[in-house]
Amino acid sequence: MFFRTILTAGAIGLLSTASYAGCGIDSGSVRIGGNDFPAYQAVTQAATGCSGDGVSVTVDLNKDHKDRQVAALTANPAEFTSSIANNSALVALMNDGLVQPLNNLIAKHGSGLQDMQIVSIDGEVMAVAFMANAQHLFYRSDILEAAGVAPPKTYEEVLAAAKAIKSKGLMEYPIAGTYGGWNLGLEFINMYLGHGGEFFESGSAKPSLNNAKGVATLNMMKSLSAYMNPDFLTYDSNAVQADWEAGKVALTNLWGSRAGAVTDGEGSTAEIESNTKFASAPTVAGGTTPSTTLWWDGITVATNISDEDAEATFIAMMEGISPAMAAANPNKANWLISGAKPRATGVGVVESAKGGALPYPMLPYMGSMHNAIGSEIVDFLQGNETAEKALADVEAAYIAAATEKGFL
Amino acid sequence: MPHHTFFKFIWPSALTMLVFIALPIISITIQSFYIDHEQVLVTVENCGPFGCKEVTKVDVEATRALSEQKPLGKFNGFGTYTNRNHLAFSHISEAWNAAPNLGYFIGEVLNLPFYKALSFTLTYTFIVTPCVIILGFCIALCVNRLPSIFKGPTIFVSLLPMIITPLIGSLVLFWMIDAEGIIGSFLKIIFDDPSLSLKASPTLTWIMLIVYGIWHHAPFAFVVFYAGLQTVPKDTLESAMIDGASKWEQTRYVVVPHLMPLVVFISLIQLMDNFRVFEPIVGFNAQASATSLSWLIYNDFRSGDGAMLFGSAAATSILTIIGVSILLTPIIVRTWQSSKPAVRG
Repeated sequence: MFFRTILTAGAIGLLSTASYAGCGIDSGSVRIGGNDFPAYQAVTQAATGCSGDGVSVTVDLNKDHKDRQVAALTANPAEFTSSIANNSALVALMNDGLVQPLNNLIAKHGSGLQDMQIVSIDGEVMAVAFMANAQHLFYRSDILEAAGVAPPKTYEEVLAAAKAIKSKGLMEYPIAGTYGGWNLGLEFINMYLGHGGEFFESGSAKPSLNNAKGVATLNMMKSLSAYMNPDFLTYDSNAVQADWEAGKVALTNLWGSRAGAVTDGEGSTAEIESNTKFASAPTVAGGTTPSTTLWWDGITVATNISDEDAEATFIAMMEGISPAMAAANPNKANWLISGAKPRATGVGVVESAKGGALPYPMLPYMGSMHNAIGSEIVDFLQGNETAEKALADVEAAYIAAATEKGFL
Repeated sequence: MPHHTFFKFIWPSALTMLVFIALPIISITIQSFYIDHEQVLVTVENCGPFGCKEVTKVDVEATRALSEQKPLGKFNGFGTYTNRNHLAFSHISEAWNAAPNLGYFIGEVLNLPFYKALSFTLTYTFIVTPCVIILGFCIALCVNRLPSIFKGPTIFVSLLPMIITPLIGSLVLFWMIDAEGIIGSFLKIIFDDPSLSLKASPTLTWIMLIVYGIWHHAPFAFVVFYAGLQTVPKDTLESAMIDGASKWEQTRYVVVPHLMPLVVFISLIQLMDNFRVFEPIVGFNAQASATSLSWLIYNDFRSGDGAMLFGSAAATSILTIIGVSILLTPIIVRTWQSSKPAVRG
C-alpha cells in the first residue's frame, strides 16, 4: 500500500515534469550558477523543470560562486548562461560588461514581473530581482522582559537594554555581532549609513569618511562591542547563529535569511525559539534611517552566449522565479515575486525597508572601500588607535587599492 | 662526467624547473609592474527594488578600448611596491619626520599592512624554527630509547599532527581553544580567570599561532632526526662510553655533531615553510590580530566582488621571494663553504 502511494506520487511527479518540459522553449542550453542556499535551490529547482526535448538545463550552485563568477562569465562561450547575483555581485559583472541588457527579453517573455523587480541602470535592465535580504534586529523577548526593557528601536536603546541585562546578571555578553573580516566592513557600512554618512565625494571615487559621522559610527561600534564576547573580532554569521541558538545572546543585528534558521525547531530549545523576535534594524544618533543595507538577489543573463541560449535561459529563469515557485516555498526567502505573501520571519526585512533603509551602494569602487574598512578599523576596536587615525588608515588603504584598480 | 651525458641527465628537471618555477616568477614580476587602466566612469540612474539613485558605473566600451590597446594594463614601475599597502616609503619617511620618539615611529610603521604582516611572519619564523628543531630532536631521542614493541605505535601517533591538513587542524583547534571549548575552559580554570580568551588579545593570538606551528611542524623534524639517529656510528659511541662519557656527553659530543647536516636541512625547509605561514591564520580567523605575507596575497585575491588586486598580489609575492632568499642566504653560504674541499695546512 505504502509502496503504491510512493509509486503513484512518483508517477505524478514525472507527469508534472513532462508537462513543464519545454516551457515554450524547443532548443538551447541553459547553465545556471550561483551561491548555494535554500532560496537559490528552490529557484534553480523550478528552472530545471524546463529541461526536455532539445533543451538542457544544468545547475551548479556553490558557496564560493562570488569568487568564480567573473572568470566563468568572461569565457566565451560563458560557463554559465545565467549567474544569480546580488547588488554587490552585479557591479563586478557589469564592470567587465559580462551581463547583457534584458529589455527585449522582458518585453517578449516577462509579462508577469512586478515593476519593483526590475533592476535598471541607465534605462538598461541588467537583472530581475526575486528576493530581498537585510541585516535586522533579532531580540529575545523573555530576556528583555526580565530585564524590564522594551524592544529597542535605536542603538542607544540597544546599549541601555544590554546594560540592564548584564547588570541583572541575566547574560554575560548580551549582544552579538558579525564583526569578523568582510562582515566587519559591512557592519561599519550599515552603521555609517544609519548616521547619514557618504562614503565618497559626490560624483567621484575619492573617499570622504574621515568626518564626525565616521567617528560617531566607530564609537558606537566600540560601545556595542563592550557587551559582546571578547572574541567578537572572529565572529561571522555562523558563530552568531550558534551563540543565539545556545541562548547566550539577547540582541543581534543578523541577516534576514537567518531568521528562518533560528526558528526552524533545530539546534536550539523551544524556549529560545519561541522567544526569538524580529524587528527593523535600529536607527542611531537621532536619525530616521535604519542602520542596515538592503540587498536584493536576482537573475542575470551572460553576454558571451548565443541569442538562442540567452532566450532559452531567460524563459527558464522566469519559470524559476514564477509565482508558483514562490507559493510552493513560502518560508525560504522574502520573495519580491508578485502574489508572494510576506512570511512571519520576514518582518525584520520588511520593517527595515519600510523605515527607509538604503540599498547597499552599487558603485564600481565600493568593493575596494568595503575591504579597506574591514581591515583597517580593527586597530581601533582593539583599542590601539584613535577613531580619526583608523578612518585616515581606511582612506589611505582604499586610495592605494583604488589607484591600482584605475578608479583614481 | 662528459658534458653531454650531464645534459642528458639534467634536461628533464631543468625543463620542469623552467616551466613551473622560472616562467611563473617572470610572469608575476612583469605583472607586479602593471596596474589596471584608468576606468572610464559615467554617471547613470540606477533603479531597483528599493528605488532609484544616481550612481557611477564603468563605461565598459571605453574601458575595453583602452585595455585592448595595452592588454597588460598601465605601466606603474615600482609604484605598487612603494604604495601604502606594500613598502610605503613615503608614509615611513613622513612618520620618521613627525615622530617625537622611536616608540611612536615603530608604532606608525607597524600600523602599515605590509610591516604588520612582516612583523608577525618574522616572529613566527624565528620562534617556530628553533623550537621545532629542539622539540623534534628531543622526541627522536626519546623514541629511539623505547623498547622496540612500542616504537611503531609511538612513531605513528607522533606523526599525526603533520598528517592532518593544516586548515583542518587549525579549525579543530579553533573550536577547542574557544572560551567554551575544552582547552579554553581548562586554561580558564588553571589561571583562575573567567574572562580569559585566547582569541581576544593579539598577544595571546600570536602565542596560540606559534604553539600551533610548533605542534604542526615538530613531527617533521622528529622523523628526520629519528632516521639520522639510526646512522650514528656505534663504535664511536662505544669508545665514548669507554672513555667515561655520560649519556649527556655522548649526546652532546657524538650524536649532535653527527646530526648537524640534518639540522641545516631542517632549518632550510622550516625557514621556507614558516615564512609562508598562512593556513592557521585562516583557520583561527586571526586576521584581526595576526597577518602574514601569504595572507596579504590571499586577501588581494579574495577582495570582495571584483576588487581583486593582481598587481598588488604579484608585488607581495616578489617581496616574499626576496624575503625567503635573504633568510636562506646565510645557511646556503655556510653549506657551500663547508662543501668546498677544505684547504688544510
